[in-house]
Amino acid sequence: MLRLAPTLAIAILIGPILFGLIATALPAFGYFPTLGGTSFSFSAFVALFERPGLLRSALLSFSSGLITTFSSLLVVVLFVAGWSGTKVFRRLQHLVSPLLSVPHAAAAFGLAFLIAPSGWIMRLLSPELTGLSRPPDVLILQDAFGLTMMGGLIVKEIPFLLLVTLSALPQSNARQYSQMATSLGYGRIAGFIHCVWPNVYRQIRLAVFAVIAYASSVVDVAIILGPDSPAPLSPRLLGWMNDPDLALRFEASAGAILQLGVTVSALVSWLALEKFFAALQRHYCQNGQRFARDKAVRQIGLISISLATTIVFAGLAILAIWSVAGFWSFPDALPDSFSLRSWARALPGLQQPLWNSVIIALMATSIAVIITLACLEQEVRSGRDGGSRAMLFVYLPLLVPQTGFVFGLQIFFLWLGLDATLFALVFVHLIFVLPYVFLSFSDPWRAFDPRFASVAHGLGSGLNRTFWHIRLPMLLRPALVAFAVGFAVSIGQYLPTVLIGAGRLPTITSEAVALSSGGDRRVIGVYAFLQMAMPFVVFLVAGLVPMLLFRNRRDLKVN
Amino acid sequence: MSKAAPFNDGLQLVDVEISLQGAPLISVSATIGEGEVLTVMGASGSGKSTLLAYLGGFLDPAFEASGQVYLKGKDVIQLPAEARQMGILFQDPLLFPHMSVGGNLLFAVPQSIKGKAGRKALVLEALENAGLADYFNRDPATLSGGQKARIALMRVLLAKPRALLLDEPFSKLDAGRRDHIRQFVFNEARARKLPILLVTHDQADADAAGGEIFHLSGE
Amino acid sequence: MKNSTFNIVKSTGLSLLLSAGLAFATSSVFAAEPNSVDWQSTVKQAKGQSVYFHAWGGSPRINDYIGWAASQVQKRYGVTVNHVKVTDTANVVSTVVAEKAAGKDSDGKVDLIWINGENFASMKRQKLLFTPGWATNLPNWKYVDVENKPTITVDFTIPTEGLEAPWGNAKLVFFYDTARTKSVPNSMKELSAWAKKNPGRFTYPQPPNFIGSTFLKQALSELATDPAKLLKPVVEEEFAKVAQPLFDLLDELHPNMWRKARAFPKTHVAMRQLMADKELDIIFAFNPSFASSAIANNELPDSVRSFVFSKGTLGNTHFVAIPYNGASKAGALVLANFLMSPEAQAHKQNPTIWGDPTVLNVDKMNAGDRARFAKLELGVATLKPEELGPMLPEPHPSWMNRLEKEWLNRYGVNN
Repeated sequence: MLRLAPTLAIAILIGPILFGLIATALPAFGYFPTLGGTSFSFSAFVALFERPGLLRSALLSFSSGLITTFSSLLVVVLFVAGWSGTKVFRRLQHLVSPLLSVPHAAAAFGLAFLIAPSGWIMRLLSPELTGLSRPPDVLILQDAFGLTMMGGLIVKEIPFLLLVTLSALPQSNARQYSQMATSLGYGRIAGFIHCVWPNVYRQIRLAVFAVIAYASSVVDVAIILGPDSPAPLSPRLLGWMNDPDLALRFEASAGAILQLGVTVSALVSWLALEKFFAALQRHYCQNGQRFARDKAVRQIGLISISLATTIVFAGLAILAIWSVAGFWSFPDALPDSFSLRSWARALPGLQQPLWNSVIIALMATSIAVIITLACLEQEVRSGRDGGSRAMLFVYLPLLVPQTGFVFGLQIFFLWLGLDATLFALVFVHLIFVLPYVFLSFSDPWRAFDPRFASVAHGLGSGLNRTFWHIRLPMLLRPALVAFAVGFAVSIGQYLPTVLIGAGRLPTITSEAVALSSGGDRRVIGVYAFLQMAMPFVVFLVAGLVPMLLFRNRRDLKVN
Repeated sequence: MSKAAPFNDGLQLVDVEISLQGAPLISVSATIGEGEVLTVMGASGSGKSTLLAYLGGFLDPAFEASGQVYLKGKDVIQLPAEARQMGILFQDPLLFPHMSVGGNLLFAVPQSIKGKAGRKALVLEALENAGLADYFNRDPATLSGGQKARIALMRVLLAKPRALLLDEPFSKLDAGRRDHIRQFVFNEARARKLPILLVTHDQADADAAGGEIFHLSGE
Repeated sequence: MKNSTFNIVKSTGLSLLLSAGLAFATSSVFAAEPNSVDWQSTVKQAKGQSVYFHAWGGSPRINDYIGWAASQVQKRYGVTVNHVKVTDTANVVSTVVAEKAAGKDSDGKVDLIWINGENFASMKRQKLLFTPGWATNLPNWKYVDVENKPTITVDFTIPTEGLEAPWGNAKLVFFYDTARTKSVPNSMKELSAWAKKNPGRFTYPQPPNFIGSTFLKQALSELATDPAKLLKPVVEEEFAKVAQPLFDLLDELHPNMWRKARAFPKTHVAMRQLMADKELDIIFAFNPSFASSAIANNELPDSVRSFVFSKGTLGNTHFVAIPYNGASKAGALVLANFLMSPEAQAHKQNPTIWGDPTVLNVDKMNAGDRARFAKLELGVATLKPEELGPMLPEPHPSWMNRLEKEWLNRYGVNN
């Protein structure tokens, strides 16, 4: 059984992507017998390219992939390079980490509520500083270049990239190298970039690629913050996919193939950027410039990351406030009154989505944790880890744009008669939850001192008893954290939920994004607040359980 | 297959050879009688710990190893680690941090011994023996280095091993306690007539053990 | 290319993939087909049935109302009503299409649909509806205001022929905040002029949003030189000429709109938030009591009031229909009849409940029922029925698609 675990994991990670890509490609080239497409042709692509503004949409997606990734990575590099090892660093790190669990949609809503012309920032500044008694008629949300959308993505990708960077630092002997470089007279940032960063970057490269793929094909954030005329590629595809005119599915599939092309182009461009920056780094590394006076740049790093963190936290606060707001006129800084009315009204409609969200997340995450444990235990027993190819497999669902294969997957489930079933939805969530659970748990698992297992075996404890009594309890904390990470990922899933659930299994996230079109801040506040609260509660439980269980075990306390 | 007739009481290593990517690390044949100590000495990197790993059944698959190991006349290499009945002590006491001191010891009591009360009685006796009678419910993290070492030894012995593998078990103890613990370990082992394979780089360990000494070259 | 595949697609339906894979066991024992004439036996047959009512589920208040109706029908007739919350009624049509294609001519999944316009036209054309006349034979039909509400018998130019039972009326109504706006326009042309004087304070939801498309249809209905053409299917050759006045108006209006028409709100609900934020001064909705209920919910200030154009605004009726293969027809008839009853209609018209205008003629009712309507507080911002002005008829359903397409071509990509 256990022996099959790695195969099963790879099947879950790769099978659906393959099936999905094929089932997307066939209709894209005209083949879809049920809809009358029995021969291959390019007509879907022709129709696709006749769509007004298609090229703009593709360009928006492409630039969003590159700009989002570059900006968030830059902020992370400057911050880590300039501040790692300091007290400020540790404090901010603790603040940023929980942001990983905030779903993209909730963060995007928060940002929208902050920076809209009638948003909180303008309300706080008006009329005293701006002299305005009415919101200015300026285009901030839905701006044609998608800058706000990219901003929303950047504030959410910074915590992700920061955390993967932090987990790569210990393997890179960051502190020693940095100190060595400083002793040679290099500035903090230059020393870090020359001596530590190349090694760190090698380890986090796949995660960076995942950010590119995500940002170039994102749907929910684009719906909430992105431009509409035209929208980026993926949200437009979703519109065609959901159109009652089923003929549009050919175009949607062709668009999905185009989306794949856009994401691949963004990745290839990134490889070129990598080369350029590597050459730049080599140049400065060899010409001996010390960049010792980097205080300003360090400050920029600190300010940017603080700003990004503040935006997300303030966004969450404003969501909470709107959810309990009575009438709130512009430019008042706070509502006239507070009431639980929005909650009371939303409550009946909330229950089903809430239940769906929790059940799907619990099931998908439990399965993911079990498969991850089985794979890692099998790794121990066979003495082999999968190596770098396995890492690629694990990252694969994060590297292929969701729009590229979830369409096909939906058709596949329809064919099986399993569309809009809980089973199908749990399965699709599993594809995206499994990588995150595996990534977050494999490091602590592999860092486990193998001598504990040797001691246990020496005491006559077999493989199974050692797993259940020694390895698992000692790794309970990271296992629960991995569970919480997986849970948060499942809660945040939008596209797979609406496509595979076909609207019949709504979750808090799919409902929240659907509500964005209404722009009713109170209801959105309620849903988005719940959306971020669910993962938060699970993280809290994940932290409390080991704390209670091991309350008298000092060595298992987090320091 | 075996050249020498199996020796019936104690631990016998016949033509044990370990290499890494074709480079030979260790080649040893030895016999350790009941209550006797074989000390394997070598600098760090000489591969002395891989010998213990081979005997204990947790050798990294990167190494190639061959040779027989007989424990009371039975070849144990084919057995899984947990069936070899070879107790191991490492440099660190490696008490399981999620269990109490008593839990650690109970974990070691063989499953063949049934009955809650009986199992606990064995543990309490061992604690008494180690001079830590009231420590059953203690968090292992709150123990001193010497106390941890003693519990680790008691834990190994409770599992009723038929041989003892020691991997520099005294090196991390402070000098004042080292002698005391060393004597405690050897006395307890001898009292149980256990063959001991001790791996160390400390001459004092070898002297205290008093048995045969095998030097690894270690390039 | 698209139009040629359109029909194939509509008649197969993607969910056929699902249906085709399953074998249907149609073993139901056929009772006499229920009908509206022999009402006693229909009520008897309905008892114990489960009715799956497929209705748009996007409004909590409407969902609550349906829940109330379900509990009443349960209590009085022993019929269990399940509200299947639908996001797009077209999907329900596809479901029935797929069932028909798979030969599932009885025991269908859908018992009752909330429907009108294009979807009704499509179901009627494909003969997917329960016998003509079932609606007009319902006991409560006698209260229906056929005389004054032409949209009850003609749904988006398509005769209803008793294939669907009227449920409520929608009418395009505009709203403004008296605290900021003193004089309001009385036509599309005046609206454009108003926008010129008040730049950035008006917008409409981005088509193909239903209300956004309704705005386009309103403008075209007012401006078309020959409005009769709108009541017939679009003739492609004439389209450019007929629609020209609309796009002339939009070209004039857009530079003066909110965000200079470089962005649009997604729905009319979003416009409500924008009005509350003081970004917009004039908004509109397809429901006369939209503003009153928003005021009651703290969503708009209580200084908001309604207005219509004196020459009329678009209006239509929404209906419930029974698919030809519904499993619980008797139950569906009982529910449809209840929804048309004076009691249910009065409850529905209450702005704190839903605020949807009745399809009944109050004069046809007995004194007790009349009192139910007389008691209703329409809310400060709601116009009285007689103030709602003339009702312009909806253009033929084909106009909506064509206008949406043209709009997208012209304004879908901005610079």
